[in-house]
Parts: sequence; structure tokens; C-alpha cells
Amino acid sequence: MTPLRISIAASVASVLLILVVLELIRGRRLKERYALLWLVTGVVLLVLSAWRDGLNTIAGWLGVSGYPPAILFAAATLFLIVVLLHYSTVLSRLDDEKTLLAQDLALLRRRVDDLERAGPAAAVPTEPPARAD
Amino acid sequence: MSAGRVIAIVPAYNEAGAIGGVVDAIHALDGSFDVVVVDDASTDATAAVARAHGAEVLRLPINLGIGGAVQTGFRAALAGGYERAVRLDGDGQHDPAELPRLLQPLERDEADVVTGSRFVDGDGHYRPPLARRIGITWFARLVSAVTRTRVTDTTSGFQALNRRAIALFAEDYPADYPEVEATVLVLRHRLRLVEVPVRMREREHGSSSITFVRSIYYMLKVTLALFVAMARKLTPSQQAPAP
Repeated sequence: MTPLRISIAASVASVLLILVVLELIRGRRLKERYALLWLVTGVVLLVLSAWRDGLNTIAGWLGVSGYPPAILFAAATLFLIVVLLHYSTVLSRLDDEKTLLAQDLALLRRRVDDLERAGPAAAVPTEPPARAD
Repeated sequence: MSAGRVIAIVPAYNEAGAIGGVVDAIHALDGSFDVVVVDDASTDATAAVARAHGAEVLRLPINLGIGGAVQTGFRAALAGGYERAVRLDGDGQHDPAELPRLLQPLERDEADVVTGSRFVDGDGHYRPPLARRIGITWFARLVSAVTRTRVTDTTSGFQALNRRAIALFAEDYPADYPEVEATVLVLRHRLRLVEVPVRMREREHGSSSITFVRSIYYMLKVTLALFVAMARKLTPSQQAPAP
């Protein structure tokens, strides 16, 4: 059986995590799309911490007989990995977008230079350089 | 507007010492080249020198690395309607005098991409440092094996491309050490790759971006990237049947 003090400490930590995430959203320092995974993490950890019979049952399923709180660590680790992987994909997308923006800027800079050299008469609006994407 | 003209894409990062000579040498060829120097956020006078020598300059606001810089040039080539592009480094190691020979297979429509290879003849003119030579050989064997095509020099950035290849690279070009991945990309898209023997000169200024210590990291990273390039899904527009 999970020691009561561990359940209490883990529940408090989970509640704190949820509150901090909610406060960050409220203060507009965290966008909802990036907060969702953190909230799910907090809720799952809270459920596993507070629902002591459930933790023991799951530990039994997985063959963890000696120390059920190990399931808490395992769950927390799993969710952290998911969050980090998610961030890696976000980072990759941002990197692609950064490259695209920098390239557009370079191409548009030249276009502006050309137009300025040609004088105001040539300043006909045209489409920015296209990239099939 | 670009009929018969060739765009020469020259990526350069802090090459103020060499870039003027490269631009002049291209202009000296036969007047059919529009030189576009892609300045990868240099901190020296690369852009000003290139402009003073008559090149168009695309200045990137942040350093994208060689792949992102070269791709900027391909996007400019696509937008400018060029049928042919050549790509050579701004440090002077690629001799512009070789460009007409690189373009020949394109003009005979025997290739979509022509790479200047240091090894296709095995004449031994080019003697890179050992670590680099091992890397070049390793990638040549590996790419040849996985694509079932004989390739001798996958790390050469000295290339000529037709419109199909320009369109491919404008849309999808690898980032960090792009040449090996780009070779795989070309072959996966069933573009015709031809290698032409070239001599490479010693670097005129600066030092190679690949130092001995980084060679191992480079080989690991690019080997991984190569398998990713083989396995990666093609983007939807790339899956459309080739014309």
C-alpha cells in the first residue's frame, strides 16, 4: 500500500502544477495549445496520487508489488517524455518557419532595393516570391 | 526575361576576401551569368564587396547555415524564371572556369543535376585531409548503395541544375551539411544526376567549416540525415507525377 504521506505530497505537487499552469495561461505567458499537455499531465498525476486504491490496482497489473508509488514516477516520466517530444516537433516547425521568413526577407529586401533604384513609377505591387508549400 | 541566362548562386559567409574574385571570374566567362551572392548574415563586408563587383546580393537577416542560404538562391532562381542555375561556394575553392563544362550535360538534356566531382576520374589531384577523405568516401559508398546509383562525390557543392531541379530545391533543401542529403533527394525524385570531373582549388581565405574535431560528429549526423532522407515522406506536391 502506498504510504499516506507520499499520496498527500504527490497530490499537493500535482495541484501546484495545475495551478501554476493555469496561472501562466491566465497571465498570457503560456498559450493554451502548449498548456494542454501540461494540464493532462497534472490531472493524471493528481488522480494517481489521490486515488490510492487505483494506484495499487495499476501497480498490481504491472507486477509492481513492493512499492506502488513507483507507478507515479513512471507516469510522470512518461508524460514528461511526451511533452518534450511535442516541444521538439514544435521547435522543428519553428525552425522551418524561421528559415522561410529569413529567406522571404532577403528576397523582399532585394525587391525593395530594385524598386527604390527604379524610382516610384516602377513601384507596382507584385506578389512576393512564391514557394510551393 | 531570363531566357538563355544562367543564375550563379554563390552562398557566402564572411568571405569578403574571396568573394570579389569569384564574382569577377564568373562575369569574365561569357556574360550569360547573373551572379547572385547569398550573404548568410556575414559580419564582414561580404555584401558590399559582392555588390561592388556587380553581383546581386541577397542578404539574410540571420545566419541560416549553408543549406538555408543556398535554398534562398534557388527560390530566387525559381521566382526569376531561370532555366539553368549553377551553384558554387563563395570561398574560391570552386573554379568558375569549370562552369561551362558543368552546364554541358544540361544543354544536351542528359541530366537534371550535374555535380562537379573531385573523384570521378580518380586522378588524385584533390588531396583533402585524411578525416575528410574518409568521410567523402564513406558517403559516396553509402549513397551509391542505398540509391543503387554510382556516385563518387556526394559532398561537392559545385553543381549545375535545370528548371526541374531548381523547383525541387526551392521547395525542399536540407539544412546543415546539405550536399549528401540533397544527392539522395535528387535520386529519390528520379532526377538524372551526372558527375563531371573538376579540380578544386585550395581555399583562398578563411578555413573550412568542417574541422577535424567535428568530422566525427559530421559523419554521424549526416549518416542519420541520409537515412531520414531515404525514409521521409515526400511533400504532397513532390508526389505529383514528374513532367
